[in-house]
Amino acid sequence: MAPRRELPKTLTGIRGFDEITRGGLPTHRPTLVCGGPGSGKTLLALTFLVNGALQFGEPGVLLTFEENAEEMASDVASLGFDLPELIAAKKLAVDYVRVERAEIEETGEYDLEGLFVRLAYAIRTVGAKRVVLDTIESLFAGLKNDGILRSELRRLFSWLKDQGVTAIITGERGDGLLTRQGLEEYISDAVILLDHRVHDQVSTRRLRVVKYRGSHHGTNEYPFLIDAEGISVLPVSSLALQHHAPLARVSSGVAHLDGMLGGKGFYRGSTILVSGTAGTGKTSLGAHFLDAACRRGERCLCFLFEESPQQLLRNMRSIGINLEPWVTAGLLQFHADRPSRYGLETHLATMQNVVAAFRPTITVIDPVTNLMTVGTSADVQAMLTRIIDHLKTENITAMLASLTPALNAVERTESISSLMDTWIVLANEEVGGRHRRGLYVLKSRGMAHSNELREFVLTDTGLQVLDATGEPPAPSRVEHVPEGPEGLVEHAGA
Amino acid sequence: MPELEPATGIAAAAGQTYELRLYVAGQTPKSILALANLRQICEEHLQGRYEIEVIDLMENPQLAQGDQILALPTLVRRLPEPIKKIIGDLSNTERVLVGLDLRVRT
Repeated sequence: MAPRRELPKTLTGIRGFDEITRGGLPTHRPTLVCGGPGSGKTLLALTFLVNGALQFGEPGVLLTFEENAEEMASDVASLGFDLPELIAAKKLAVDYVRVERAEIEETGEYDLEGLFVRLAYAIRTVGAKRVVLDTIESLFAGLKNDGILRSELRRLFSWLKDQGVTAIITGERGDGLLTRQGLEEYISDAVILLDHRVHDQVSTRRLRVVKYRGSHHGTNEYPFLIDAEGISVLPVSSLALQHHAPLARVSSGVAHLDGMLGGKGFYRGSTILVSGTAGTGKTSLGAHFLDAACRRGERCLCFLFEESPQQLLRNMRSIGINLEPWVTAGLLQFHADRPSRYGLETHLATMQNVVAAFRPTITVIDPVTNLMTVGTSADVQAMLTRIIDHLKTENITAMLASLTPALNAVERTESISSLMDTWIVLANEEVGGRHRRGLYVLKSRGMAHSNELREFVLTDTGLQVLDATGEPPAPSRVEHVPEGPEGLVEHAGA
Repeated sequence: MPELEPATGIAAAAGQTYELRLYVAGQTPKSILALANLRQICEEHLQGRYEIEVIDLMENPQLAQGDQILALPTLVRRLPEPIKKIIGDLSNTERVLVGLDLRVRT
């Protein structure tokens, strides 16, 4: 894409937000941030101010119409924002505006010059470059003459541009309108919409750039998060599918499987799906992958959503894979969580934070399907897309185990399979009192790979793929398999 | 137009002094008109027991915050208490009198 000249922008310092807006808010222009009660408008606006003061050397002014000013200060104190200190250091000026309709009589013509005077005074006091008006719509409750208010707000927003300040104006979401008073009519440069939904008892916050004049911006809804570290928008990276596609290869840890993957294993930085019904050996394959990586001295991170690390270590010892030394050596780290413990957004943020802290080259998520119980399938797909994007950007090779129910085995995995570079299907069947395991590579982008279905066994020295002459189904028949592992099982047992 | 009765409030009856502040921003037509209207009303209804202080926020912007001034002109009745605010150019005498508790609202 040819680079186009974009408007100058002002960084917010909010993780993820500056990426999706390609640089932050329009400099010296007002931006409207709207959303329902509790959607995080005020926090976003305050973060913009505090980051400006602390990170970018841009002092700010907060003109707030909120009634509970002390409450707000203590709310943000929990995020490490010390407003009183910033005020004392002349990095922030706060003016609490109160309008009591009951004590005001209106007679004749007036304007809101008093508001302009206060704002100008506050801006001058600290040399502000950033201004937040939160929530100016409160004026409509305090004053009766809507006509004057509207023309004065119009004047205010254009006046702000002349002041050389970058401003956020918050607005309460209205019926069928972005804001109750239709402020979006007056602020035409940038409009951000925040949303807070609860679905199946899981809360999700979303952010959308509704409008950004003269700039490219992501138009999707992005999940965002408010946690102890403040506000962050996801994804952090990779909106344009611009990750590198390294040619380096990485072993699956199973020699025979590497052989089926063009003889060299997976691509470095690719994403591998391992799907199969319960007990087909997904975790074992993952353990091989981790073990081999640790033997090469690579750092590995393993997210567990079903078993505890101790269970996994014990179970893998039974097939001769001892991962414990790698844990002790600090090469392998487990991160176990119950999927139901948080909403998807929190899982996503937690995973990103753990990845950022540990900096692995290999990551295993087992099983990724357990996360699917937490949200709707669209949400899960969105979240997985973001995780995968993030891992790819960091050039981390990821193996995702997917537990499929016995029937319609592919269906549940379908929603995420398109995101995968390599898809390995595991299946088993009992024939004549014997457990038979099969494995095949359903797809592997960008490499020649085997179409064969191979039988494998789990021995006390690990997973061993049997020679193709062992009990091989005819390759021509395997070609028909990809509808699903139930078909595979049929052939496998033949 | 509703009929207005003379107020029988304590303030009016006690003949208490009115302490009034008129906030303006520079010599605008609205502020000049507001001051003229205010003087006339006071002379007619509060003769000898009022004080008017004009505060120009162009000169003293820091004073806007204390009385929570947004609209201009704003007339603030500081005494007698409670504090009352009347915004606008004070061209509607009836409403000004109501605002100052010199007439009861009907």
